[in-house]
Amino acid sequence: MSEMEMAESGKTPKLKVATAALCGCFGCHMSLLDIDERILKLVELIEFDRTPLTDIKKVGKCDIGLIEGGVANAENVEVLREFRNNCDILVAVGACAVNGGVPAMRNQFDLKECLEEVYIHGIGVENPQIPNDIEIPLLLDKVHPIHEVVRVDYFLPGCPPSADTFWTFLTDLIAGEAISFPYSLIHYD
Amino acid sequence: MSTEKTFRLDGRDIPFIEGDTVMDAALRAGEYIPHLCHNPEFPPHGSCRVCVVDVNGRHQCSCTLPADENMDVDNSSEAITDVRRSLLQMLFVEGNHTCPGCEKSGACQLQAVAYNTRMLNPHFTHFFPKRSIDASHPEIVFYYNRCILCGLCERVSRDIDKKSVFAITGRGINSKLEFNSLSGKLGDTELSADDKAASVCPVGAILPKYKGFEVPIGERLYDTKPISVVGDVAANHSAEDSVLGNADEYSSDE
Ligand code: SF4
Ligand code: SF4
Ligand code: FES
Repeated sequence: MSEMEMAESGKTPKLKVATAALCGCFGCHMSLLDIDERILKLVELIEFDRTPLTDIKKVGKCDIGLIEGGVANAENVEVLREFRNNCDILVAVGACAVNGGVPAMRNQFDLKECLEEVYIHGIGVENPQIPNDIEIPLLLDKVHPIHEVVRVDYFLPGCPPSADTFWTFLTDLIAGEAISFPYSLIHYD
Repeated sequence: MSTEKTFRLDGRDIPFIEGDTVMDAALRAGEYIPHLCHNPEFPPHGSCRVCVVDVNGRHQCSCTLPADENMDVDNSSEAITDVRRSLLQMLFVEGNHTCPGCEKSGACQLQAVAYNTRMLNPHFTHFFPKRSIDASHPEIVFYYNRCILCGLCERVSRDIDKKSVFAITGRGINSKLEFNSLSGKLGDTELSADDKAASVCPVGAILPKYKGFEVPIGERLYDTKPISVVGDVAANHSAEDSVLGNADEYSSDE
């Protein structure tokens, strides 16, 4: 249905939402699913584009892009830029996207030290060698929050943000209202 | 008519006595002004600037500013909250604040004051400074990552405990907290876990060992009530408590 036909039939077109998990633990996506049966209401208002839930691989033109995780390797940068180019509203979801989170604790060490610790000196490592296959995205020197790489429109803090945070954010945004979180929904852990 | 001296704060008359700072008078009148380096038990330090207010059109540091009549103080507008939030965002990006992995989370004054300004992001580019941990003391662990250089431990160790265990050295971005021992290690100082200085840290830099994550999520100091209601970390600490606090013991006037 074109937008014109939609308008004539009195239906509002569904908002397109894409999500991606960069350097995170997938906890934010799990927390989104914690909205439980409210997801039925949500899918009346939105339609998922690229997300680990649909398994669509390329992001199309979207209204909202939700990014979980920080930026730790070359592929994360590519996906993040693709999202920025295709999403009208880009949202940093969770501590890792907002400030690098737990993965950014590796910034305390040189990348070489990290790789050696895991692949050379790690407990129980056999045939020690640092993986160097062309298929493996190159690691960045440091893990970065996403606002250090692209412009970000909204931030949902929390590790993870609770289901109610997602719900409040999405429903307020879709209704065109200013997003307002009660005290209990603003936390950094 | 009363002859009491007052100034205006957010449209309310706040009584003050000679020698009061704006912070002293406001706190006594039950008005919360966010603060980190200030602890009402001790003389003000004026270093974190989070207590910034607008007085007759100028930004002033309320914990060091003597109260005066004819002051019109803005402590809660969106504009002053924006300034405070920026100061907090700078504090966050200068250190390494991985709250999900911090024992102080939920009972941390830096976090609580940031919640008070509704800070949702760090805004600035992170420094990710390389900083270590000093676990040499048998009862206390020190995290350089989380120290905001408020100077409270330094002042209290010197003035109350009479031990001068801590000192801020260096200048500007190179400022650092150091320990008073030949080795430079905390374990070789005279610090003891019952020293007042061991429990004044507003953040998770000075922590008692073997007590991490003792209080469950949901029951921590700032989990359900904001700092404007609950009060400071230090004020909620008593000798029997762990420095992580326990929200159950506080009544509120909410
Ligand atoms: S000290 Fe406070 S702000 Fe810093 S990591 Fe710990 S809880 Fe977070
Ligand atoms: S260790 Fe704590 S009390 Fe001491 S200067 Fe740092 S933040 Fe302040
Ligand atoms: S509380 Fe006033 S400057 Fe820190």
